[in-house]
Amino acid sequence: MAIDAIDRTAKQIVLTVQDYSLFAYRAVMNLFSRPIYWVDFLIQAEIIGVGSAAIVLLAGFFTGAVLAVQSAATLAEFGATAVTGRFVSMSMIRELGPVLTGIMVSGRNASSMASELGSMVVTEQIDAMRALGVDPIRKLVTPRIVATVTMLFFLTIISDAFGTMGGAVVTIFMNGQNGTQYFSQAYEFLRFPDILQGLVKPLFSGFIIASVGCFYGLRTTGGTEGVGRSTIQAVVSSSVLIIVVDLLVSQIMVATFSR
Amino acid sequence: MSEISTSASESAAELTAPVLAFHDVSIAFDGPPVLQNITFSVAPRETRVLLGPAGVGKSVLLKLANGLNRPDSGSILLFGEEISTMSEVNLFPMRTRTGMVFQEGALFDSLTIRDNVAYQLIQEAVPDAEIDSRVHEGLEFVGLDETFSLYPGSLSGGMRRRVAIARALIRHPELLLYDSPTGGLDPVTSTTIIELIVKQRDVYKTPSLLVTHRLQDAFTMCTHRFDTTKNGMVPLPKGEIDPNTSFLMLNEGRLIFDGSLHDLVHSENPFVREFLE
Repeated sequence: MAIDAIDRTAKQIVLTVQDYSLFAYRAVMNLFSRPIYWVDFLIQAEIIGVGSAAIVLLAGFFTGAVLAVQSAATLAEFGATAVTGRFVSMSMIRELGPVLTGIMVSGRNASSMASELGSMVVTEQIDAMRALGVDPIRKLVTPRIVATVTMLFFLTIISDAFGTMGGAVVTIFMNGQNGTQYFSQAYEFLRFPDILQGLVKPLFSGFIIASVGCFYGLRTTGGTEGVGRSTIQAVVSSSVLIIVVDLLVSQIMVATFSR
Repeated sequence: MSEISTSASESAAELTAPVLAFHDVSIAFDGPPVLQNITFSVAPRETRVLLGPAGVGKSVLLKLANGLNRPDSGSILLFGEEISTMSEVNLFPMRTRTGMVFQEGALFDSLTIRDNVAYQLIQEAVPDAEIDSRVHEGLEFVGLDETFSLYPGSLSGGMRRRVAIARALIRHPELLLYDSPTGGLDPVTSTTIIELIVKQRDVYKTPSLLVTHRLQDAFTMCTHRFDTTKNGMVPLPKGEIDPNTSFLMLNEGRLIFDGSLHDLVHSENPFVREFLE
């Protein structure tokens, strides 16, 4: 009986991965044929990008500030508080900026995509769209993926910038250190691979957030309760995937640029 | 001469060929079959009323008719083309030739009534002025022109169904599919909806497949016609029924009846008798 349950679950997982792959493939291939819904892309870019700017900005600022508080305390033991700027900017740009922004946007937008599309499924709006001759993946999913990938890239830059500023505020006004020293440390030790690593990650995270959110939304079954379930699955899966892909990308980038 | 007669016979065949034909169609969803060996057709200008108790697979059958669901076996011909094996991409243009009214209307709640009704026209980049005029025409047909700028959330259930009918009719479809258009509505609103369906049947002669579990709707459609001079539905003379309206009945996933109103009321099938009584 236990074997049967494991067998069923394993098949279900394989089937879900297969469905997701086909779904993501269709969503991407829609970019290479007409019609492309640019207006929907702009609307989604506004919702995802402008709408998420405030939380990303605040999260970035306070993460940078906390990094400065924690690192300064540790670095002081070695008499190295002067490198706080380097520590904060490197941590924000290579790792925390992309990952935190991805997770914040996932919590806000993967959930909203899953619930919006899920509600459309249970009220037959998706079937109505298909019956009216419009492809829901082309109309709803592809613009969301393009918008999330594009906007997450810029949101990550904002997060990095505000994180570095948060670190500066703590370093200068709370720890009483020199601002010029902080910023020169933050800037001088940054190398091209560090920035590239930080800007490649949001491209993957953006794709994961939108594709997973829409995938679970369009698979919704079981009425309003099902919408709630899809929303949870979308946020959990996209958050975990962001961290897993972050590890893979980090590993590849470090291995590539350390040669 | 032979070319002329060939083209004439082709036109005659087009006029008599069914717009929709199911042959031996079966479908199941992770369990026992929902529909088994369903065979029927809808001829040009014909209205077929699909009766049956709730949960018997009527809506599934309707979704099979325009490829929203795919059968496990059997063949479905829509406008003479096999759609059961057609790819989703090729199905989209086929579906634009049909109009479908969903059970609860299925209006897009983030769009205004104008944008809902004009949804297909907007996708086809029809000029705004033409869209506005056609939407007004569609809304006038269902008697809801005043809702042009409103959102679906501010309409009653019956009004939403009427807007859904206007949306289904906007591109003058070649086949109409109605999924329980009067389900859950009060008798007065139900009659208004049936009147619109009869109007579409008698004025535009569009073939249709109508799903319902309400016998009174089915009988009203058979015993009434739309009078354009009175702009309303009037009863047919006593003993007359609409010749283009006939019935199908589903029970336990099988088609147990296919025939006219006369055949229906005289059926010996115990389930049909029980359903009628």
